[in-house]
Amino acid sequence: MSRAVRFVPLLVLLLFVGFVTWRLLVPNDEKIRSRLTGQPVPAFTLAPATGGIAGLSSKDLASGRPRLLNVFASWCVPCIAEAPLLDELKRSGVHIDAIAVRDRPEDVAAFLANHGNPFERIGSDPESRVQLSLGSSGVPESFIVDGKGIIRYQHMGPIEPGDLPAIRREWEAAK
Amino acid sequence: MIAEAGLAALWLAAALAALQLALSLGAGGEQGRAIATVRAVAIGQGLLTAIAFAALILLFLRSDMSVLLVAENSHSQKPWLYKFAGAWGNHEGSMLLWVMVLALAGAVLALLERRLDERTLGASLGAQAALALGFFAFLLIASNPFERLSPAPIDGRGLNPLLQDPGLAFHPPTLYLGYVGLSVAFSIAVGGLIRRQVGPAIARAMRPWVLAAWIMLTLGITAGSYWAYYELGWGGWWFWDPVENASLMPWLAATALLHSVNVLAARGGLRAWTMMLALVAFSMSMVGTFLVRSGILTSVHAFAVDPTRGSFILALLTLYIGGALTLFALRIVDVKEGAQFDPVSREGGLVANNLLLSVILGIVFVGTLYPLIAEALSGEKLSVGPPYFNSVASPLALILAALMLIAPQLRWRRDAAPILPRLAPGMLVAIAALVASFILAPGIGLLPRLGLALGAGLLPASVQPLFGRSLRRTPLAVWGMALAHLGVAVAILGMASDSAFTRERLVAARPGDTVAVGPWLVEFRQVMPAAGANWTALEAELRASRGSGVTVLKPQSRFFPEPPTTTNEAAIDTSWNGQLYAVLGERDEQGRWQLRLWWKPFVTLIWLGGMLIALGGALALLGRLVRERRQRRNVEEAFA
Amino acid sequence: MKRWLLILALLAAPALADSDLPAARYANEQLPDPRQEAAAKALMEELRCLVCQGQSIADSDAELAGDMRAMVRQRIAAGEKPEVVRAWLVSRYGDWVSYRPPVEPMTWPLWAAPLLLLGIGAFLLRHRFRRRG
Repeated sequence: MSRAVRFVPLLVLLLFVGFVTWRLLVPNDEKIRSRLTGQPVPAFTLAPATGGIAGLSSKDLASGRPRLLNVFASWCVPCIAEAPLLDELKRSGVHIDAIAVRDRPEDVAAFLANHGNPFERIGSDPESRVQLSLGSSGVPESFIVDGKGIIRYQHMGPIEPGDLPAIRREWEAAK
Repeated sequence: MIAEAGLAALWLAAALAALQLALSLGAGGEQGRAIATVRAVAIGQGLLTAIAFAALILLFLRSDMSVLLVAENSHSQKPWLYKFAGAWGNHEGSMLLWVMVLALAGAVLALLERRLDERTLGASLGAQAALALGFFAFLLIASNPFERLSPAPIDGRGLNPLLQDPGLAFHPPTLYLGYVGLSVAFSIAVGGLIRRQVGPAIARAMRPWVLAAWIMLTLGITAGSYWAYYELGWGGWWFWDPVENASLMPWLAATALLHSVNVLAARGGLRAWTMMLALVAFSMSMVGTFLVRSGILTSVHAFAVDPTRGSFILALLTLYIGGALTLFALRIVDVKEGAQFDPVSREGGLVANNLLLSVILGIVFVGTLYPLIAEALSGEKLSVGPPYFNSVASPLALILAALMLIAPQLRWRRDAAPILPRLAPGMLVAIAALVASFILAPGIGLLPRLGLALGAGLLPASVQPLFGRSLRRTPLAVWGMALAHLGVAVAILGMASDSAFTRERLVAARPGDTVAVGPWLVEFRQVMPAAGANWTALEAELRASRGSGVTVLKPQSRFFPEPPTTTNEAAIDTSWNGQLYAVLGERDEQGRWQLRLWWKPFVTLIWLGGMLIALGGALALLGRLVRERRQRRNVEEAFA
Repeated sequence: MKRWLLILALLAAPALADSDLPAARYANEQLPDPRQEAAAKALMEELRCLVCQGQSIADSDAELAGDMRAMVRQRIAAGEKPEVVRAWLVSRYGDWVSYRPPVEPMTWPLWAAPLLLLGIGAFLLRHRFRRRG
C-alpha cells in the first residue's frame, strides 16, 4: 500500500467528523420554507370560507398596497393563540386576508365568533391546493405580499408577541 | 435497592475495564501471569455487566415506577413480554444492552481464545477494554438507566404502541449481538496490528467472531425488514431510511470481511484489506449508533434524539476509529502481502466481491450523509432516498449476483482450465429465465427482470460446489457456503418478484362490496369493534377467494390509550405463492371504508432468503468450530 | 353495547392536528387508467411528505400527504406529465421535497460516486494481480 493511500481512510473519518460536528453546532431547522419569497403569488380563486365574508383570489393580493395573508384552520390549536395578535396587527393598520384550509363553513364561523375576525376576506381551501401552491407546509403561516402581488416574507407557525417587530418591519418594507 | 445494585455493578464493571486496559498496557507483572489475570478481569467485567442488565429487566418486570426509565417507558398493564422487551425499547436501556454485549463478547474472547499467542491476545483484550471503558463512561455519565424518580408516579407513560410487538423482543438484541460482536474482530485486528501479527493465525482467530456477528446481523436486519413490512401498513420492506442504512453498512462490511478473512486464513492473501475491513465493520457499527441516537438525521425509525449524547458518542467514535486507522496507516507498511494470484481465480473473484461490496458500502454511506454535506456546503436542503439508492445500488448488486454465478466455481491461485462448462448450469438457467420473463411478463422493468434471471441462475450455481464431491466428507463450511448463496438467490427472486408483480387496490368500499386484486376476489363483509389487553379497535371482516376455498382476513384500526395512538394492524394471508395484505383505513362521510389491498407474489422469499443466508452462516460456523475442536484433540492426542 | 363500543372507538381516535373533512378525491383511490395510475404512483413514491419524519407521500397517513396524493393523481389524470408536477412542487418547496436528488453541480459527486469508487478501488488493486504469463 503506497505511502499516501493508507491515510485516506483517516481523511474520510476527519471529513465525516467535520460535517457531523457542523450539524451538531447548527441544529437542523426542520421547517420547510416556501421558495416563493420574492416571486409573484401564484394565481388562484377561492370561494368564501363562510357566510357573510368575501372569498379570496390572487388578484385581491395585488391591490397596490401590501397585505398580510394568514393561512389558518378552525381545527388548528395554535391559531387560537395567534388570533389576538392578528387583531393587534389589524388595529395598527395591517390589512389581513386569510385562507381556511380543510374547513367547513360552520366551523370557520364558530372560530371567528369565538376568537375574533381580523380578516377582510377568507378563501376556502378544502383540499390544501392553494396552501401547496404557496409553498406553505402547515398551519398557521403568514405571508406578507406587497402591492404588486410579490411575496415578500413568510412567517411559519403562530405569530407570537416577539415576532411583531419583525412583521411590522417587513410590512413597512413591502410598502 | 435493585436499581442501586445494578448501578453499582455497572461502576464495578467499568473499574474492571480500566484495570483490564492497564494490565494489558503492561502494568501487570511478568507476561505469563498477566494474561491469566487479564482473562479473569475480562470475565468479571462481562458478568457484572450482565448483572446490571438483569437488574434493569427485573425493574421493568416489576413495573418499579420509582425508576425514571420505567416510568417513562412502561406501564403496569402491559403484557409481560412488552415489560421485558420494553427494557431496551428506549435509549438508556438499549445502550445498556449494547454495552453488555460488548463486555460479554470480551469475556467470551478471554475465556475461549486459545489460538492467538498470549501477547497478541493481551493486546486484543486491551483494545476491547478500551472500547468498553468509553461506552461505560457514556452510560454512567450521560445515559444512566437506573436514575430514580421522586416522587414515584402511580403508573408509567407506557410503551409506544408501534413497539408493542414480538419484533421488539427479537430485533434489537439480535442486531446488537451483530453490531457489537464485530467489536471483537476490531479488537483482534488492533491487537494484530500492534503486535505485527497479521497472518493466517489472526484470520482464524477472527473468523468465528465475524461469522457469528454476521449471522446475527443478517437475522436482525431480516427481522427488522419483516417487522416494518407488516407494522407500517403500506407493504414496503426497505426504504433506505437512515436508520435502516445504519444497519446495512456494518452488514456490508461484515460480508466483505467474512469472505476476506477466509482468503487470509486459507491462502495468506488480502492481509491489508482484511485488517481494514475488520476495522471498518465495527466502525460502521459505532457510526450507526451515533447516527441513530444523535438526531442529526431525520428518520421514521429514530428512537432517540439527543445532540448532547450524540456529541459524546462522536467523541468516542473519533477516538476509537481515529486511533485504529492511524495504527493501520503506520503499521500496514510492515505487512508483507501473500503470493500474488491470477485475476481469473477464486482469489480474483473474492477481490472483485470485496471491491463491489465496499463500493456499495461507500454509496450507502455517501448517500445517507449527502443531505447533510450539501446543506453544510450550500445551505440548501435536499433529500436522497429510494430513487437514488435503487438506481445506483441495485445495478451493482446485480453485478455482484452475476459474479456469484462465476467465482465460486473457480480454482484457487490460477484457473487455466476451461471455465465455460463449469458455468453452464447457472448461465443456462439464467438465460432461460430471462427469455421466459420476456415471453410471460413483457411489461416489467429492466432491474426486476435481471433480478429474476440472475436469481434463477444462482439457484443451481450456488449448490454446484457440492456436486462431484463425496457429500459425507464435504466440510460443513462448504455446505454452509452453498446454503448461504442459495439464500441470496432466493432473496433476490423475492425482491424482483415483489417489484415486478405486486398488485395494489385502494378502494372506498361499503360492507357487501367485492374488490378484485390480482387473482383474488375480496368480499368486504362488515366492520365490528374489537378489544385486547390494552387497546380497542375497529375490525373489518374480509373474505378472499381465488378459485377454491375462502380465506378470512381481519385488518384492524387499533387505538391505544396509553400513550394515545392509532395504529394499523394489517391482515396478511400467506400462501405458497405470495401474500394477500389488507389494511383498514378511515370511514368517509358516505359510510364507505377505505381499504388497501395488495397481492404480493413470492414476497416471502425475501425473508426466507435472509433466514437461509443466516442458516448457511450458522452451518459454516459450526463446521469451523467442530473442525478446530477435532484438530486440537488430534494434536493433544499426538502429544499425549 | 357493540354500538357504544363503536362510537367510543371512533371518538377516541386522537385528532390533534387533523381536520374534520374527509380525504380529498383520489387521495386514497386509484385512477381508472392503469398507465396513469402507474405514473402517478411512481411519482408519489418519490415525493417527500412535508409533515412526516422521513416518508414518501405514498406511504404516509398524514392528511397533507393525502392532499398531495390527490393533487398528483388529479393533475396526471388531467394529462400533465409527472415531471411537470414534480417541478411544480420543487419550485414551491425546493429540492428537499423530491427524494430523487437533482443532477446539478452540487450533486455530481453523489451521482458519480459509484464509478468514482469503482475506479479508486480498481486503481488500488492494480498491483495485486500477477500478469498472465
